[in-house]
Formats: sequence, C-alpha cells, structure tokens
Amino acid sequence: MAAELTSELRMSEVPRTGPHPVRKSAARVWSNLWPKLGAVVLAVAIWQLIVWSGWRPQSALPGPWPVLERLAGDLRNLDFYAGIGMTLRRAALGYAIAAGAGTVVAILIARVKLARRAVGSLLVGLQSMPSIAWFPLALLLLQRSEGAITLVVLMGAAPAIAAGLLSGIDQVHPMLIRVGRAMGADGLRLYRHVVLPAALPAFVGGLKQGWAFAWRSLMSAELLVVAGNQTSIGTQLQLARNLLDTQQLLALMIVIFVIGVVIDSLFGAVDRSVRQRWGLLGGEA
Amino acid sequence: MALSDKHALSVERLTVAFPHGDQVMLALDGATFEVKRGEFVCVVGASGSGKSTLLNVLAGLDRPSGGRAHVHGRVALIFQESALLPWLTAAGNVELALELRGVKASARQKVAHELLNRVHLAGFERRRPHELSGGMKQRAALARALAQEADVLLMDEPFAALDAISRDLLHEELERIWTESHLTILFVTHNAREAVRLGDRVIVLTSRPGRVAHEVPIDLPRPRSLDSPELAVIAGRITDRLKHEMSNGR
Repeated sequence: MAAELTSELRMSEVPRTGPHPVRKSAARVWSNLWPKLGAVVLAVAIWQLIVWSGWRPQSALPGPWPVLERLAGDLRNLDFYAGIGMTLRRAALGYAIAAGAGTVVAILIARVKLARRAVGSLLVGLQSMPSIAWFPLALLLLQRSEGAITLVVLMGAAPAIAAGLLSGIDQVHPMLIRVGRAMGADGLRLYRHVVLPAALPAFVGGLKQGWAFAWRSLMSAELLVVAGNQTSIGTQLQLARNLLDTQQLLALMIVIFVIGVVIDSLFGAVDRSVRQRWGLLGGEA
Repeated sequence: MALSDKHALSVERLTVAFPHGDQVMLALDGATFEVKRGEFVCVVGASGSGKSTLLNVLAGLDRPSGGRAHVHGRVALIFQESALLPWLTAAGNVELALELRGVKASARQKVAHELLNRVHLAGFERRRPHELSGGMKQRAALARALAQEADVLLMDEPFAALDAISRDLLHEELERIWTESHLTILFVTHNAREAVRLGDRVIVLTSRPGRVAHEVPIDLPRPRSLDSPELAVIAGRITDRLKHEMSNGR
C-alpha cells in the first residue's frame, strides 16, 4: 500500500518540477517580449521609410526621431501629466461604474427568468452598438459635463462586462451546482461559494473586453467634447491638430497606444493567473 | 415516522419520472428496499436502471413522483467525476464543506488537515484538483464527504474512472474508513465484482424503469480480494442476472 501510494505521489510530482523557476520566468518574459519588440522595430522602420520617400512634407508627417524627442520632452513636463491624469481618472470612474452595473445586471438576468426574457437579447444588441452613438443624447441630457463622458464610457463597457459574467454563470458545470447543493449551499451561499467562482474566468474575459470598449469610447468622447477648461489627452490631441503640431499629435498617439497596451497586458496577466488556478490552461498537470 | 431506529434509510415504492419530449420517462418504478444502520449496501444495475436518480432523490436533489425515500440523518454524496471545486485546494474543498456545516473558522484548518491525513493525502493540502491524480482526487472527495459529518454516504460510481490499482487501493481505504466509523454506505456501481468486493448486501436493479429485481447477501469474510474465486462466482451470477435484465429491457 505504502509503495503504491508513493508511486502515485511521484506521478503527480512530475508536472510541478521543471527548470529553475527564476530562469524559467526570465526565459518566458524574453520569449514573450522579442516578437513584440521586433514588431515595434518593423513599424518604426516602415514609418521612417515613408517619411524618407518624401510622400508628405516633414511638417505634415515627421519622422520617428523628432517625435520621440518631442515625447521625451513632454514626459519631462509636469503639465503633460495633468492631461493623462484627467483621462485616466475618467476612464477609471466610468469603468468602475460599468463593472458594478454590469455585474448587477448579469446576476439579475441569471437569477430572474423574466429579466432574462426581457433584456437578455438586448444585451447582445447593446454590445454591438458603438457607444459613441449615446453621446449626442448624453450631451442633451447632461450638457458638456463629466457626466456625459462617464455615460458614454459606461455604455461602452457595461454590456461586455455583463455578457461575460452572464455567459460564465450560464456555463457553470451542472455537476458543480449539484456538489454545492449536496454540501448544503443554497441561494446566495451557492452563488458565493460555487457559481461566482466558477464563472470568474469568463468574468475576467468580459472585464478585459469591457476595458477595451471603455478606452475607445473615452477617446471618442474626449475628441468630441473639446469644451471645458479641463485638459485631457483628447483635448491635447485636438489642440495639436489645430496648431498643426504633428510632432505633438504623434507623441500623444504613442501615449494612448502605450496606455492601452499596458492595461491590456495587466488584464492578460490576471486572466492567465485565474485560468492557471482554475486548471484551465492546457498542458498543466 | 415509519422508519425504525435500526434503519438508516428506506425506499418505499419509489417512482421517479422525467419529462422526455412529449412523453414521460420512468427512471424508477416502485423500487423498495431498506438499509440498516452501519450497513454497506451496493446497488448494481445496467445503464438506464435509474441508479443515479435513486441517489439524487435520497440526497434531496431530485423529487420523487410517487412513493417515499427517507434517510435518517445527514447525507453526503460522492460522484463519479471527482467533483472537487477546481479553484480551491484539496484543503480548501474540505474547509468549504466544514464552513457550510457551520464549523468555526479557527477550527477548520486543523480538522481539514486531520481528514486529509485520514485518507492518506497529508502533504497535498495545498494542491489544486488539476494537480492531483484521479485516485487522489477521489480521496480528497472522500475527505470532503467525511467533513460533512454525514450518517449516510451515498456513492455514485465513485471509482469507475480510475485505473485498476488506484481502485483497489480506494476499496481498501473505503472499507477501513467504514469499519472505523459508524457510517452507512449506499454504493452504486455497474460493476458486479466491485459490488461483491464491498457490500454486505447487493441490490440488483432492473433496467428501464428501475425496480429491485434481486437482493444478494454477501457472507464472504472481509477483507475480500477482487480476484478470489468465491467472489468471482457470486459476481458472475449477478452479472448473468444483469445481462438477463438488459435483454428484457430491450
């Protein structure tokens, strides 16, 4: 018995032991990184070639070096961060409300049959509707206020978040529900201990997609509402365009791109760690 | 309550029907039997004999359409697929069962450790289900069922997906735990040998719909070996009976 037990132990030991963990993670970071770095170098090279081709004058399309120099200068200037800070605050506020509203709506649809029949299919429609279409209405209702921008971000992100959580709840394996009920969990306790944790991977997917929608909606809204004294990335973009300051314009576009990539990769990391914990990654164990 | 003190569970003319398209499908049709306190009873039946339905009704997960099913005391259920919650560690799964039973947070970790120790999973507390082998998962599921402090353990083909050696080990383990405790066990399987290996008594169900066809008391001394000739003879008779039932059902 003891001998067979240890053989069972050894079998399960195998997937856990591998190369040295630190070296392994460094290697993994590098293997993740180099294709991306390569793509960036390629993009910059193409950009430079277009500039060299003389297709447009340098004033309309500056090359990578002047733009990067301008960006470096911007990053040393504290005022530049005020705009980024404003935009990120708006994104965070709209997204937080969207996450809360999306969660509540999803649980409501999952729990209440009538709610599912009523708004279940509307959710899909809302998800494919460009949220900037809400903006004219938001402006009429809330004038050129922060509220109008928040509403657009909310309508962009919330449907995706709700749809993610709802599909997660709908796809919980019936066996897990039986297990939970057999252990004496019912109603809210079943939700808290079984259904919601089981739906978490899909929820994280929805949150990630919701963020992408929120960020796009926010950029559209900021470009449309140039009013107000508040500086933001959007108003800076419009200002750069009005002043024909293309170096500044391109520097800001790089900032928008980098913020998007950084936050998306944060979601990617959370997504991976959840899926690993849930045993959903192929090749593990 | 008609249930006498000696009985841990009783099933009386139990009928369970499910809607199946426009028709009604009978899973169980008037099944009747009793299980004494501390008894280890195996239920064998071919697929479609309503074995899982029987356990679901006894566990309170399905409702009977007619007749009665009564369990005296708490019930724990063990499934074929180790139904551990994948996001919790082995210890976490056991601790959740304790929490749902109302055990105080301060005591849970210690009790979970003891239970995992009892099923020979000491040292694997922090592993998640996908990091455990099939046999270890069923050990953890057993520990979780023990954490529910049930009087009656309902087992739904718990070892069907395991390799022969792991299953053999778990038979020993289950028999040991049953001997040490006052548990009553109702063990459902389609494997006659397994039923004869474990049970004080084997109940044979008919197919489509399930009804008690036959009861076989097993008087072989414990511990029994799956390979012993006496066991094979009894299992052979039960298997013949099952084949007969299946050809009738068709």
